[in-house]
Amino acid sequence: MIGRAVSTDSQSADRHDIAVIVNGLQYSRTVESRLLLSDFLRHDLLLAGTHVGCEHGVCGACTVIFDGVPVRSCLMLAAQADGHAIMTVEGLAADRNHLNPLQEAMRDCHGLQCGYCTPGILMTMTAFLDENPAPDEAQVREALSGNLCRCTGYQHIVDAVLLAAERLRSPSP
Amino acid sequence: MTTRSFGAPITRNEDARLLSGQALFVDDVELPGMLHAAFLRSNVAHARIRSIDVAVARARPGVIAVYTAADLGALWAPGPLLVPPPPIAGIVFNQRTQVPLAKDKVRHVGEPLAVVVAQSRYLAEDALADIAIDLEPLPAVVDLEKAGETDSARVHDDVRGNVAAHVRQFRGNYAAARARADHLIARRFCYDHGASSPIETRGIVASWDGRANQLTVWDTTQAPVFLRNGLAGMLGLSERQVRVIAPFVGGGFGPKIMLFYPEEVVLPWAAMTLNRPIKWIEDRLEHFFATSHERGQTHDAEIALSGDGMILGIKDVFLHDTGAYNPYGLTVPINSQCTLLGPYVVPHYDSTFTAVFTNKPIVTPYRGAGRQHGVFVIERLLDIAARELGIDRAEIRRRNFIPPDAFPYKNDIIYQDFTRLEYDSGDYEPILDKALAAIGYREFLAEEQPRLKAQGRHVGLGIACYVEGTGIGPYEGAKVQVQANGKVSVATGIGTQGQGHFTVFAQIAADQVGVDVRNVDVVTGDTDQFYWGAGTFASRGAVVAGNAVNEAAKVVRTKIIKLAAEHFECAEEDLEIGDGKVSVVGVPGKAVTLGELALKANPMRGAVRPGTEPGLESTQYFGPPSGATASGVHAMIIEIDPLTFMVQVLKYVVVHDCGTIINPLILSGQIHGGVAQGIGNAYYEQLVFDDDGQLLNASLADYLLPTALEVPRMEIVHTVTASPLNPLGIKGAGEAGAIPVGPLFAQAIEDALGLADRKIELNEIPLSPNRMFELTTKSR
Repeated sequence: MIGRAVSTDSQSADRHDIAVIVNGLQYSRTVESRLLLSDFLRHDLLLAGTHVGCEHGVCGACTVIFDGVPVRSCLMLAAQADGHAIMTVEGLAADRNHLNPLQEAMRDCHGLQCGYCTPGILMTMTAFLDENPAPDEAQVREALSGNLCRCTGYQHIVDAVLLAAERLRSPSP
Repeated sequence: MTTRSFGAPITRNEDARLLSGQALFVDDVELPGMLHAAFLRSNVAHARIRSIDVAVARARPGVIAVYTAADLGALWAPGPLLVPPPPIAGIVFNQRTQVPLAKDKVRHVGEPLAVVVAQSRYLAEDALADIAIDLEPLPAVVDLEKAGETDSARVHDDVRGNVAAHVRQFRGNYAAARARADHLIARRFCYDHGASSPIETRGIVASWDGRANQLTVWDTTQAPVFLRNGLAGMLGLSERQVRVIAPFVGGGFGPKIMLFYPEEVVLPWAAMTLNRPIKWIEDRLEHFFATSHERGQTHDAEIALSGDGMILGIKDVFLHDTGAYNPYGLTVPINSQCTLLGPYVVPHYDSTFTAVFTNKPIVTPYRGAGRQHGVFVIERLLDIAARELGIDRAEIRRRNFIPPDAFPYKNDIIYQDFTRLEYDSGDYEPILDKALAAIGYREFLAEEQPRLKAQGRHVGLGIACYVEGTGIGPYEGAKVQVQANGKVSVATGIGTQGQGHFTVFAQIAADQVGVDVRNVDVVTGDTDQFYWGAGTFASRGAVVAGNAVNEAAKVVRTKIIKLAAEHFECAEEDLEIGDGKVSVVGVPGKAVTLGELALKANPMRGAVRPGTEPGLESTQYFGPPSGATASGVHAMIIEIDPLTFMVQVLKYVVVHDCGTIINPLILSGQIHGGVAQGIGNAYYEQLVFDDDGQLLNASLADYLLPTALEVPRMEIVHTVTASPLNPLGIKGAGEAGAIPVGPLFAQAIEDALGLADRKIELNEIPLSPNRMFELTTKSR
């Protein structure tokens, strides 16, 4: 990871000035070419809610929403995000006292244990529910299968996504 | 009165922070001036170190320091033995523990040789390529049986036969039992258990504050107190000068309790040496080599039976892979040895194991901690016995169950906690009956399976039983304190990795102190918040720390009532506690809040009388005399494709007994997660080593953790036999789900494919589509 203290005295070759919108806020930074988007979000922007589990695109913990599409931020470079809009777990709710319906359903169904994979699952399922407001269990499991969770056995996550879909379809007054 | 929260399916106090990205994990710690470490690791399993040249690396811009073993001075020493061998007569134990950085020899792929400290992780990793190492490769010790041959290479030059340990335990007289047996069955069983693979890898941040003479270490450990104590000793500090914080930890499942990982020694030392904070975060590739595994055992077992299927005795001889070092002593093979006895009466038992050093990463407990291996052996033996004797497989288990009036039931041999293995309580037959009913045992075997098989579908059923010794000592403690704002603080020394401690401990305290569970703030894993403790392992957090919380909260309750009685100048019996206040019974509106009482208990005027203490707080400890034995039965119906051998689980039932239940919602989650890991172990996960000790599938693309498509929906039935060993009646539940899944898969697949008719037995785990193809093709 590249902290800004390093950016000033690094001997590395090419650097890029980038401007990204993250959770609605504009950030302008100079980054090394090789800096991963996941490291940029976590250690440059200090949005540490996005977690890194494998750094080879398998576990899904680092998933963010990039121009509306879920992507693995460990498989992208920060420089590639120039001019794009990103949403991270920090952008889902105004604060921890006002969780969104998916977050609330995850709590109500005990859809998380250690919580490390949770941000990635929230981002993947947010994009999924946008496209599939009335999924069945098989569809949820298929959509969830790209995110590894080692704690829950997935059942309570599936319950939470189905519950969130139901609540989003018929919001309580 | 406040609604009782103990026993209720309460959602978790910790979730809002985790769901909004606000929970602190180790890699989230950012400190001014922080440096980053990367470790150079051996790329061969066994070699002599000729030379390491770090001059070029040291000269790279951005590199602050590079250290090898030669630089460590007095710090360089083999690590401590975490768990000494149990007091068993005739035991052989050769202690060989890991070192901070390898000197002279490397003994497994991934063993660290040098560390680079640089301004960024990227630069530190760049500099690893600058280090020149000259290694003289040696033959690798990989195979368990070959390790003991006289011409085998030696992992440790002075340990003949690579024998890490040799242990025999027995009860009764197996030879005599064998002599009068009607039926003998002898088989070889191989059970391999993989890597725990938490989604968060390990990580450490160490920071030395020269002004305060204080070392602070954030670590993904399951045992912060032991880490603090050990670090103080190694670094020449007092325990009070070292603060270890295990913040939110992203899963552990056992390997995060191993002490001391080399990085855990080197990072704090380097932070003090350089007077700069340093971070190290393990990457996933490193995790496969640098974090401990569990891995394999080979059992040669024989069971002696009467003609009606009663167990007369069992003899078992097994080899246990302990890896290159054995810092965790004998916990894993002792668990295998003891748990093999299961929920059954085994009058005569003779078990001998040899733990073997190999040139593979260190073996320490991983969820189940060797219990799986033992359960696989006994459950498979009973399956084979049922078939050979023509007895129903559920029935042969039922006949051999320990009867409910036999508890406490003595099994005589020594368990991992050094006590004589004794089951405190249990009632096994109702659990089996519930499982049979829930899976639809009779109907499936009599009707559904024949019907589906007639349609050409390959469906089968499995049923397996287990016990688990949980909640062992030595002890845990807790401090409960009423705050001036009326909230209640609970601090305990164990770490937390997702078990719901912030909620279950709050539930226990809330009922005693009379507040809402949301008004109890729990702190775990910070040695400055709670000084004493052992750690989170052996399904013991809820049992041991939970009871300590209960004891401390009881004392606080007494103090609250006493102070309120003084406040109202009334008798204690006239008061009731609840909803965050103490009220005078029958006098509406006459009440004082806990916050007001907390202020009153810390007066600015008016002395604290001799023999009393300020504040509404108490610190109490709980240590059980021995472990509490949980039990359960899993049942499963599967369909398998006879060409691809892909398995689909059609129905999965867990009936289990972990004593009194604190929170059924959290408990179900623990079981779901355990079963998921059991499924991975049974059919998807295998660490594949070649003959040179290279791990061939060290990525999550090749080491297959089960996804939402492999893990089925589970039906869970809770039953309760309260433990008499602790006031709350709790038994541990964390590991249970993972334990009986191997034999369940073997039995169900045999059933689905009719393998008995083809004389094929599945006596190994993990199975996989590939392995099934091999096993069924060979004998065609």
